Amino acid sequence: MTHSPEQAERIRKVQRTGAYLLLIVCTAAFLLPLLWMITTSLKDARSVLEFPPRFLPEEFHWENYWNAWNSTSFNRFLANSVLLTGLQVIGSLISCVLPAYAFARLRSRLRGPMFAAMLATMMIPGQVTLVPKFIMFSKLDMVDTYWPIVLPSFFGTALYIFLLRQFFTTIPQELVDSARIDGAGELRILWRIMIPLSKPAIATVTLMAFIGNWSEYLDPLIYLRTTELYTVPLGIALFRGQFEQQYQLMMAVSLMALVPVVVVFLAAQKHFIRGITMTGISGR
Amino acid sequence: MAAGPLARRESRRFLLFALPWVIGFVFFSGGPIIASIAISFTQWDLLGTPRWIGLDNYDKLLGDDVFWTALDNTLYFGAGSAVLSVIVNLAMALLLNMRLRGQAIFRTIIYMPSVLSGIATALLWIHVLHPDYGLINHLLGSVGIQGPGWLIDQDWAVPGLILMSVWTTGNAMIIFLAGLQGVPVSLYEAAQLDGAGWWSRFRHVTVPMMSPVIFFNLVVGFIGSLQAFQLILFMTDGAPGNASLVLGLYVYRYAFKFFDMGYASTIAWALFFVVIVFTALQFLLARRWVHYEHR
Repeated sequence: MTHSPEQAERIRKVQRTGAYLLLIVCTAAFLLPLLWMITTSLKDARSVLEFPPRFLPEEFHWENYWNAWNSTSFNRFLANSVLLTGLQVIGSLISCVLPAYAFARLRSRLRGPMFAAMLATMMIPGQVTLVPKFIMFSKLDMVDTYWPIVLPSFFGTALYIFLLRQFFTTIPQELVDSARIDGAGELRILWRIMIPLSKPAIATVTLMAFIGNWSEYLDPLIYLRTTELYTVPLGIALFRGQFEQQYQLMMAVSLMALVPVVVVFLAAQKHFIRGITMTGISGR
Repeated sequence: MAAGPLARRESRRFLLFALPWVIGFVFFSGGPIIASIAISFTQWDLLGTPRWIGLDNYDKLLGDDVFWTALDNTLYFGAGSAVLSVIVNLAMALLLNMRLRGQAIFRTIIYMPSVLSGIATALLWIHVLHPDYGLINHLLGSVGIQGPGWLIDQDWAVPGLILMSVWTTGNAMIIFLAGLQGVPVSLYEAAQLDGAGWWSRFRHVTVPMMSPVIFFNLVVGFIGSLQAFQLILFMTDGAPGNASLVLGLYVYRYAFKFFDMGYASTIAWALFFVVIVFTALQFLLARRWVHYEHR
């Protein structure tokens, strides 16, 4: 089966156009739920329960956002989430950079077995540790406080340590050796050489920790009882009960909760993609 | 090799730097894992003292009909989500890899839901899947199909959840894209010279060359989807009946609804066992279809 060059060129063009159309249709399928979220958030209470539904609102009800914000303690939940996520990100950075440096650059007979133990913990389902951790924190009388949510972040997360360690091992040993000869201690090497040369990995871990903790639902659900302590995801669950069938308000609240994530993602998506290609898994 | 004073000093520094993780391991991961094994041999409602009951919980598990239902649902959801996500994301990666204009924008849009995934998007999907007012049945209706009772109907609860989960697996697409860029162009050129059309190029070049990456995404995706339950807890809480009850959710139910810490731990270990068995099974089957270039 042979074609003249012109024919082959035409077939290629048709195939490319077909692929392009297919790509647009498929991508639209991914985008559509998010667009639906936006249009629903601008409808009035009557038209969200219209059958058959229509995609665009008849008129734009921007006041839904104002009403959703006011009819709940959204600002309170937002402040709580900002505080918690901020602490968790700081804790993760400190407690993952140090062990990652140890696993990458400091020799010890314990290093191999400990690294294997760390990887092993990554394979055990989270459900296994759920019960013992809850028992421990309730015996410590920490239920309904932020301690059970914040404390673990300050004691290393296997995935982040693994990711940082992979990056640290790529930094030339000569740089470390020559700093040692100049009399630099480990902390100085870490601060002056490893961290500046690993900015992409640090950024990746920061983003993963931010996104993961911002949308965490289970830990706050298990540990928090007092409404004043609720985070944004718990707040949304609370609104779902209050706003029965008022989808325009639920979508408005959800969109407000997603704004920080969208902004961070669009500003730094290359770091997310780097994180995935480095570890094969996303941080969730 | 005798450890000199220098080596010993470096070993001490290693421990000092690793200390945050060591403490975390003792209290938040390794320690609780061991404690969980012990708890699974007890009856404990958290208020009283734990009572050692040996293998009673495991015995109860084998005769627990709800457990077997939950296992069924877990495998259905897990396999459905993992397989569908591999198909969808591989297709999207193939399209993106044609280096069409605007590739970065398409990639951003497809990957975005994975980053947004959480309670907010779960609430969105409750609305999107609503049988009467939802987007999906609206679209199905516009081409003349009567949409099913997503999340509400016994038979359509798990498919609805699978649909949502596939929407948030864009990371598989990123990994496929990276893998596709490693397939030598010369292989496609040679196939084209032999007169191979796009399907046979896909079948005989892309699939074998990509099989390690497909395998990776399948294994990682399946491990993840077998454990998934947070969004299911929020969206259906196992309803209708126990049609969308998965093992992770069953653990949660026994721990935080029935306060039976021993049995909850037993179910958690059963889940671990299921994950290990099905991962091992995939590695065994991999010998038949995964093709490694360098052995």
